[in-house]
Amino acid sequence: MSIKVTLPTAFTRHTAGKKQFDSIAENLPALLADIDQTFPALGIQIKGDDGKLRRFINIYVNDEDIRFLGGETYAFQDGDEVMLIPSIAGGWK
Amino acid sequence: MSYSCTSTAYELKCNECGKGFGNQPLSACPDCLAPLEVAYDLESARGVFTREAIAAGPANIWRYSSLLPLPKGFEPDLPVGFTPLVKAKNLGKRIGAKNLYVKNDAVCFPTLSFKDRVVSVALANAQGFGFETVGCSSTGNLANSVAAQAVRLGLKACILVPADLEPAKILNTQVYGARLVRIDGNYDHVNRLCTLIADEYNWGFVNVNLRPYYAEGSKTVGYEIAEQLGWKLPDNVVVPMAGGSLIRKIRKAFQELIYLGLVEDKPVRFFGAQATGCSPISQAVKKGLDYIDPQRPNTIARSLAIGNPADGPAAAKMIQQTAGWAEDVSDVEIVSGIQELAETEGIFTETAGGVTTAVTARLYAHGRISPEEITVSCITGNGLKTTDALAGHYQEERAVRPRLADFDAYLRELDGIAEQELATAGGN
Repeated sequence: MSIKVTLPTAFTRHTAGKKQFDSIAENLPALLADIDQTFPALGIQIKGDDGKLRRFINIYVNDEDIRFLGGETYAFQDGDEVMLIPSIAGGWK
Repeated sequence: MSYSCTSTAYELKCNECGKGFGNQPLSACPDCLAPLEVAYDLESARGVFTREAIAAGPANIWRYSSLLPLPKGFEPDLPVGFTPLVKAKNLGKRIGAKNLYVKNDAVCFPTLSFKDRVVSVALANAQGFGFETVGCSSTGNLANSVAAQAVRLGLKACILVPADLEPAKILNTQVYGARLVRIDGNYDHVNRLCTLIADEYNWGFVNVNLRPYYAEGSKTVGYEIAEQLGWKLPDNVVVPMAGGSLIRKIRKAFQELIYLGLVEDKPVRFFGAQATGCSPISQAVKKGLDYIDPQRPNTIARSLAIGNPADGPAAAKMIQQTAGWAEDVSDVEIVSGIQELAETEGIFTETAGGVTTAVTARLYAHGRISPEEITVSCITGNGLKTTDALAGHYQEERAVRPRLADFDAYLRELDGIAEQELATAGGN
């Protein structure tokens, strides 16, 4: 089983210019662990002090917001296209 | 129009880490990915942003230009904004309000919605950054405004909208010659696509890479309310919420006015209005949350149908901080709200204004707003753009022959029907 992960250009300075990569992660927590392993600098960037994915980042699976699919509990399917996109917002602090 | 604008020094700043990023087409902090906001050197605006200087400016939003992010040498082209603030005595009587005002952006120039304010500021920056093509993701009003103002400035426009948008809003974009792309999805799908396009194309997307500048245009609603109340702040403001930006920027405007001494400091409560069929921010307020559970929109108020609102968490938090509240109303109540505002104040608003009016009525009915308090209800769009929402509510009457006797008979017939209806309903 393999999924295709796409990153925004803003993240590629932490991935040596790579915008896409394949992962065998079975769910979102496993994907974040995979990113920690493969692109440690990106792993730091996309997580907050609590070690969780920052709220500024939305995750989409095949055009659907992962929160509609069950969030962290969603089991990736073979061939899923997963996108990380920073949310365009005015901040909440 | 000849008016030269001089802005107070400003730059993009990260809300999270506090770092400054100068001025560039950028919406998120490159380091911590948090959204960027325009920060001003407010101290240097003292003595410049004064009641007198503002009164000497033109009767449009550019009278506030020293606290808008405008590139050097910018000369405004269109007299945007400065819409009426009217006391709503008739509506007030009906809903139990004694000091209710309506801020009427249904007549904003040039395209009849408050989006004209944000677009004029965004396009000033698009030109400043040298973009030749501008664009937006839109639920309709923004599309209309970008199309109209871009053509005036000689910029190319590419506008993306959800495919099921009201026909009037599609037509009101196409007529200006803009390239309109209908996307098979809801606004949240369109917005995500625009984020990807802005990442690849060298275009100025007013609500993506130009968003920090664009959003500042909303502050002019707040400046105008304060000035039109005689440089006083209201007790309450009721604001429709889609992305959640407008309500925050009205507060930012009030805070700047307080800081610079143009108005007396006083607590202002902010109330948010949404349609129940798309109410992620109002749900967050009701549950006391500072995050948003996204929704799949299902409402006739398409201009508010953003299920994953960008500024939603910030708006929810701000409303709670001001001891305000948020409410949401059904599609039936939205139509009634449109009719009520038209029948009492002669203001024909779109579905979003129906939401705001119905929510305002409910806030009085539930005692969240007291009758005597000065309250401003913000109407942000024009009813001519969403006439389909009223389809079936008014029947086409038969034609009457052009004779006085026929007219008399016709009136008697109508009055008879009205009396009959009253009797059936248990009246006299």
